[in-house]
Amino acid sequence: MAKNELDARFAEFGTVSFASVTQVNDFIGYLEEGKLMGTRCKTCAKSFFPPRAHCYQCLAGDMEWFEIAGKGELVSYSTLQYAPAGFTEEVPYTIALVDYGEYKVFGRIDKSVPETELSVGTKMKAAVGRTPNGRLTYAFKKA
Amino acid sequence: MGKVGIIGVGQSAFVRTYPGSIRELVFESFREAMKDARIGRTDIDATIVCSAPEYDRQRSPAGVIAEYLGLNPQPTFYAETLCSSGSTGLKLAYSLVASGLHDVVMVIGFQIMSQLTSAESQERMGRGADILWESPFGTMMPAYYAMHARAHMAKFGTTLEDLALVRVKAGTYGPLNPNAVYRKPVTIEQFQDPGSFLCSPVAAPLRTGDCCANADGSSCVIVACEDKARAFSKKPVWIKGIGSATAPVNMAGRDRLTGLAATVEAAGQAYRMAGITPADVDVAEVHDCFTIAELMAYEDLGFAAPGEGKDLIRSRETYREGSIPVNIDGGLLSKGHPIGATGGSQIRTVVLQLRGEAGQIQVKDPAFGLIHNIGGVGLYGNVTILGVD
Repeated sequence: MAKNELDARFAEFGTVSFASVTQVNDFIGYLEEGKLMGTRCKTCAKSFFPPRAHCYQCLAGDMEWFEIAGKGELVSYSTLQYAPAGFTEEVPYTIALVDYGEYKVFGRIDKSVPETELSVGTKMKAAVGRTPNGRLTYAFKKA
Repeated sequence: MGKVGIIGVGQSAFVRTYPGSIRELVFESFREAMKDARIGRTDIDATIVCSAPEYDRQRSPAGVIAEYLGLNPQPTFYAETLCSSGSTGLKLAYSLVASGLHDVVMVIGFQIMSQLTSAESQERMGRGADILWESPFGTMMPAYYAMHARAHMAKFGTTLEDLALVRVKAGTYGPLNPNAVYRKPVTIEQFQDPGSFLCSPVAAPLRTGDCCANADGSSCVIVACEDKARAFSKKPVWIKGIGSATAPVNMAGRDRLTGLAATVEAAGQAYRMAGITPADVDVAEVHDCFTIAELMAYEDLGFAAPGEGKDLIRSRETYREGSIPVNIDGGLLSKGHPIGATGGSQIRTVVLQLRGEAGQIQVKDPAFGLIHNIGGVGLYGNVTILGVD
């Protein structure tokens, strides 16, 4: 990428992306490598997901990336039979929140997981993949 | 600091499709509020216009509306906190009056949603959540509230039938409200028929019957300082407590999904300011954009202990004859939810109750009424307590 070109990689995220430029666009580079990453403040060690460029706790902007690994617990989920504009071809799909203890991660349940196997508290793990329209994303599978 | 009163209230009918522009729609509630307050245009010192942007072609609607209402050269301000914009406008009006800057301030709320398809509307509402980290997954308001519903069911044993009971209550009062979009009765038997449209899935576990409808509508509330409130109005209703709070936009930032933290915080502020407890509230309007939202509000506002919201609806305590009547104007579930107009409509209902002018739905001699108005999925929360002297 040319030096003065705007880093617009975030436009690659999800079925429909509503933004292209953030200061955590390396998130997209990590997804391309198959890694789901959050950020951690180097000053106070607070971990963030979604990743952020700044720490509100100590006002620092010196962050390091860490991988969202291991298992989390399903906090809740919902299967959409009706979708907003841009997503109607994908229904039904399931959105979910997974609690990793230090942080939580919002995303979709992988299409391969039948809804009948899900309940609040189910152990889940995140896996990087592609949306039906071939764009970068991540989804939860049973751990 | 003197008291701040409400001296006039108005709303348009909430309808599927308003056959006109936003200025004409706003005029309908403006006219009712002006006649209610029996004041003239020059008595209004400032207006606050509340709506959620992106539904209109008109940029910066406040100025256009001020002109159409004949309210130049008075200042006008635009306020936006998604679905709670109207009660945010009330808080700002309170502040302008309490500070002594203005004596009489008008809060106008409106929304025309019918110019968009339902899917387009869901997309815009979805963008009221986190556009970086949530919207790319295809989120929408019913799905977020559905996640709250599932968490509540898992923790407390709340059932789909409990949610249906909330809609049945709304459907008991909707037919009595000439301004409501949905005026047909709703019965529990309809929810037990899988073929009923009420049961068609939207975002599991929420069904069509659990969701309020988009609507076009406007509302208008006129606020005045104590001297002018007493001079203009025979029955001023006083703003006793007014609390506001925020919570993380992203679900990942929330400690629990079984309630809304912004409600708890805003309610605490409002109760403290008014010097009352939840047991003192005689009538309430809560933000029932979805059935689960009303059940969570019972708990977050302290009408029921956590997990016991379902018991309140099962025992019909939130009906007109119950210990704490809630949304007996039909609520958003019957009235429809024209985003910017909703808060003002809730305020109007409580003002009419406190004046003893609520007609068929009047509760007996209420002293305190509460309005709970939420923006986004609990991103913004306003709780307002009104009272008579």
